[in-house]
Amino acid sequence: MSKLDSKIPEGPIKDKWTTYKDKIDLVNPANKRHIDVIVVGTGLAGGSAAATLAELGYNVKAFCYQDSPRRAHSIAAQGGINAAKNYQGDGDSVYRLFYDTVKGGDYRSREANVHRLSEVSANIIDQCVAQGVPFAREYGGLLDNRSFGGVLVSRTFYAKGQTGQQLLLGAYSAMNRQIARGKIEMFNRHEMLDVVIVDGKARGIIARNLVTGEIERHSAHAVVIASGGYGNVYFLSTNAMGSNVTASWKIHKKGAYFANPCYTQIHPTCIPRSGDYQSKLTLMSESLRNDGRIWVPKNMDDVHAIRAGKLKPTEIAEENRDYYLERRYPAFGNLVPRDVASRAAKERCDAGYGVNETGEAVYLDFRSAIERYGSEQAKLKGLVNASKEEITSLGENVVEAKYGNLFQMYEKIVDENPYKTPMMIYPATHYTMGGVWVDYNLMTTIPGCYAIGEANFSDHGANRLGASALMQGLADGYFVLPYTIGNYLSDDIRTGKISTDTAEFEEAEKNVTDRINQFVNNKGTKSVDYFHKRLGKVMWDKVGMSRNTKGLKEAIEEIQSIREEFWKDVLVPGSADGMNTELEKAGRVADFLELGELFAKDALDRNESCGGHFREESVELDGEQKGEAKRDDENYAYVSAWEYTGEPKDAILHKEELEFNDIELKQRSYK
Amino acid sequence: MSNRKGTTSVGRKILMALSGLFLIVFLLQHCTINFLSVVAPDTFNEVSQFMGTNPLIQYALQPVLAFGVFFHLIMGIYLERKNRNARPIKYAMDKPATNSSWMSRNMIITGIMVMLFLAVHFYDFWLPELNTKFLKGDMSGLNAAGEYRYMEEMAHKFSNAGRVILYVLSFIFLSLHLLHGFQSAFQSVGFNHNKYTPTIKRLGNLYAIVVPAVFIFIALFHYFNQHA
Amino acid sequence: MNLKLKIWRQKDAEDKGKMVAYNVTDISEHMSFLEMLDVLNEQLVNSGEEPVAFDHDCREGICGMCSLYINGEAHGPDRGVTTCQLHMRMFNDGDTIFIEPFRAKAFPVIKDLVVDRSAFDRIQQSGGYISVNTSGNTQDANAIPIPKADADEAMDAATCIGCGACVATCKNSSAMLFVGAKVSQYALLPQGKVEAKDRVMNMVNQMDKEGFGNCTNTGACEVECPKGISLTNIARMNREYFSASVTED
Repeated sequence: MSKLDSKIPEGPIKDKWTTYKDKIDLVNPANKRHIDVIVVGTGLAGGSAAATLAELGYNVKAFCYQDSPRRAHSIAAQGGINAAKNYQGDGDSVYRLFYDTVKGGDYRSREANVHRLSEVSANIIDQCVAQGVPFAREYGGLLDNRSFGGVLVSRTFYAKGQTGQQLLLGAYSAMNRQIARGKIEMFNRHEMLDVVIVDGKARGIIARNLVTGEIERHSAHAVVIASGGYGNVYFLSTNAMGSNVTASWKIHKKGAYFANPCYTQIHPTCIPRSGDYQSKLTLMSESLRNDGRIWVPKNMDDVHAIRAGKLKPTEIAEENRDYYLERRYPAFGNLVPRDVASRAAKERCDAGYGVNETGEAVYLDFRSAIERYGSEQAKLKGLVNASKEEITSLGENVVEAKYGNLFQMYEKIVDENPYKTPMMIYPATHYTMGGVWVDYNLMTTIPGCYAIGEANFSDHGANRLGASALMQGLADGYFVLPYTIGNYLSDDIRTGKISTDTAEFEEAEKNVTDRINQFVNNKGTKSVDYFHKRLGKVMWDKVGMSRNTKGLKEAIEEIQSIREEFWKDVLVPGSADGMNTELEKAGRVADFLELGELFAKDALDRNESCGGHFREESVELDGEQKGEAKRDDENYAYVSAWEYTGEPKDAILHKEELEFNDIELKQRSYK
Repeated sequence: MSNRKGTTSVGRKILMALSGLFLIVFLLQHCTINFLSVVAPDTFNEVSQFMGTNPLIQYALQPVLAFGVFFHLIMGIYLERKNRNARPIKYAMDKPATNSSWMSRNMIITGIMVMLFLAVHFYDFWLPELNTKFLKGDMSGLNAAGEYRYMEEMAHKFSNAGRVILYVLSFIFLSLHLLHGFQSAFQSVGFNHNKYTPTIKRLGNLYAIVVPAVFIFIALFHYFNQHA
Repeated sequence: MNLKLKIWRQKDAEDKGKMVAYNVTDISEHMSFLEMLDVLNEQLVNSGEEPVAFDHDCREGICGMCSLYINGEAHGPDRGVTTCQLHMRMFNDGDTIFIEPFRAKAFPVIKDLVVDRSAFDRIQQSGGYISVNTSGNTQDANAIPIPKADADEAMDAATCIGCGACVATCKNSSAMLFVGAKVSQYALLPQGKVEAKDRVMNMVNQMDKEGFGNCTNTGACEVECPKGISLTNIARMNREYFSASVTED
């Protein structure tokens, strides 16, 4: 139990971070030159951490599996980044951002971490502007904001629909500056396959050069894992094809506790699946829900007619449409938080009202918005008797200016014009709030091993609000880790270079090589994807948007048997020397097959509904909230931190009790 | 430091554009004077004499022009070589026509055709002029009859149908070269503006068609004048 | 639909490589191009052969990892899309499709259709940044107003995904659209102007060192760019370079 010390500083929540910074040990600049840090992953968290640590003077070795740090999947984030700047003067503050994030996370995050996140959020915007990130601006030349689901202020900064891209390129540029100075040594097309622990401390990694196939040893005084989330455990998700849990899972197996694996965000607005060949799902920004109305037909006859292609959605009369979010949640309507919107879509589709061939799609309709904007424009332009066509065209122009790139993307994928016919959307796995357990310093339960960004569990509780992932990644990398890691490394100024010529490295390397050889020599009969798809189906069907005891127990058994079969029958063609994409996939899927089981085990343990985790056994039985998720603060206000002991089924649960001193626990109501 | 600026890709590209723009200005001047041979033969003779004897033009501008032509040619060939080396293995299937014009991709071909023409042109006019003026020392510009010789010399060259056809073809190549080159030069020196670039492109097309057309017209005019 | 594929296969950087023909059947028009290749690869794996290696990651057109020269065009016949966003409805039953790696001296082939684009990283390292340290004490983000038009134009330049289609499609394998976009983004912002002269000089020098060709303004890059980066950016780089070389000591 002693290992699970969150190390939250004493004092009032407002002062914790300031006091902490004042009191920590620092490393003097001359000594930083003698200290090495490994950063695995170069997304917003890893990229910003690598750049900042190098600026401070540490020798950084950064690793990514892609061909360049700029490809990390942070790049795909569309909507924006939150910051408590209160530029709009609409009552925003550090406290309000803190409050919204804790509430949005369904009271399952750690207060102190979230408050620190809110405190540094404003610095992020300053830093990014100084780096040349071209945020959207108003005509006066000042920064523009938009609003996002689940909050009552406009605090989201954005760069068109490509905010993640611009922020990542900002971090990438900061990295480039340090690479040019020689302070960051960049290892592209390298994948970390194990962490090396020497005398109880993380002292290096084993990595595979994905081009030559070489297994390499790299040593450092600390190891930072910033390898993102594990949504690809579902096979289909909005994650990149290469996104994986391997780095996190390897440190888990070496002693880092894995926290809340069952907290997964299923994003409501994704393009539905169209067939079995599908390799990934595409997200459409949440911002679409500002103007789009979500519905399914009221009558089953219409549903059948639509699926048979005999009826067009535009032909269904207003009174025959069920705008179910507006019906169920009159206060927030189409802007309820992501978890609520996703479950509502699933509920309708499970009841048989899905509108495409697979029965898993609902409409997102812009007709009202087009009419509304069109009439407004007609008035502005002084058109007195504007025809319906004119109004529609004017309205389409406004919608195009706001969401043009998303509409174009939709049309390219689905081959339907979303201006003329409603979009079809369905929820898809998007983000994992769970991750490696870390303390206030962002250190895992392995001394000297840190986890930042989506890879850790700390800030989003059971549900993440829109535009908060970018904020957390950059906060961790630019402003938190550089302080906290110094506190740890101050003990290492006399350690000197860590040798890779030790028994610990030897053994770790051997394990990695053995496993690779096992894959290429296995000569089974089924491809890696075959197993990954089967795992994904179990996860989606039984550990997806809504979960129950029976399903979870089945899932655990099924995953175990898929895993067993995988090791017997997987086929990896080619050799271990040189580039072998199937071999890379095999290693990742092997880890997903273990994580998946722990995921289900965690979901089974948590017999409450909170945030993205919905247990059918835990719903409100009566009153206004009947049928809604029911949180159980009395029994489950803790973080589940799992300790690895050999098999996922034998993992030991450690509980970090969550204390809420500054925010009162309430039921989330969006009615 | 100064050395490295002119020897980078962008530096060379700017120099290529500047020499091209200079040749465009020269060509317009040349075209205007030649056109005088159609509308005002006497004036043509006088201007020719002026151009051929004015020391500023002969000793200052003419070498600059020669250098400009030479530079544009050598640099063009040099860049082409470099560009070919930038892709050692070619595509098995390539469809460049889907994204760019034939003219823009084949400046080296149209350019070399024009340069070959220039060789003929020098042989026809420039070398005899140099011979008469600087080797023989006859700066009078008069023929045996005591009249200006320029008009009749020119007419004489255009009496041969083969040569006229050669001229016409060459100017078609020049036109193709200019259809891309004119606007490309502006882009190269950094002049690209939403407001003005469309006009420059139109102007470039106009120039690229009208100037060679006038040259062709002059050649045909003199040919048919003598064979009518 | 059924298709005939002609794909460049090359074992590693040293191998000579050649085009190899494959057949795929029952391809849905709703598939993305890479999903069609997934089908081929599944087929190859199941018969114990090595699958075709190709770069890809986000599969939503933003990471810039996917490449491919498809039927004579970078990212294939559609416009404004990357290969991962290209859909099979752009092809017809019975078509023969040529699939080749992006070709340039500066983009050597690593394996099959995978090329090494680290030259782009090195160009960025030579000056594609603003020299500010992370401190949290930089001035307030709203301290310097930036005209919306400039910010929007900088954003348009900054949307470059670094895929290399411009180089692949340029008959000269020139990287000027890529470099021009980065130079432009910073040249348009007050924060970037401080180092503008050195930036353009250093980035152009590095670009040349990598072995990219010269720009001859064919405009092919702009047409094939999945993000619609405009030639204006190359002109701006030329201008920046011109003025830097005239005024620099």
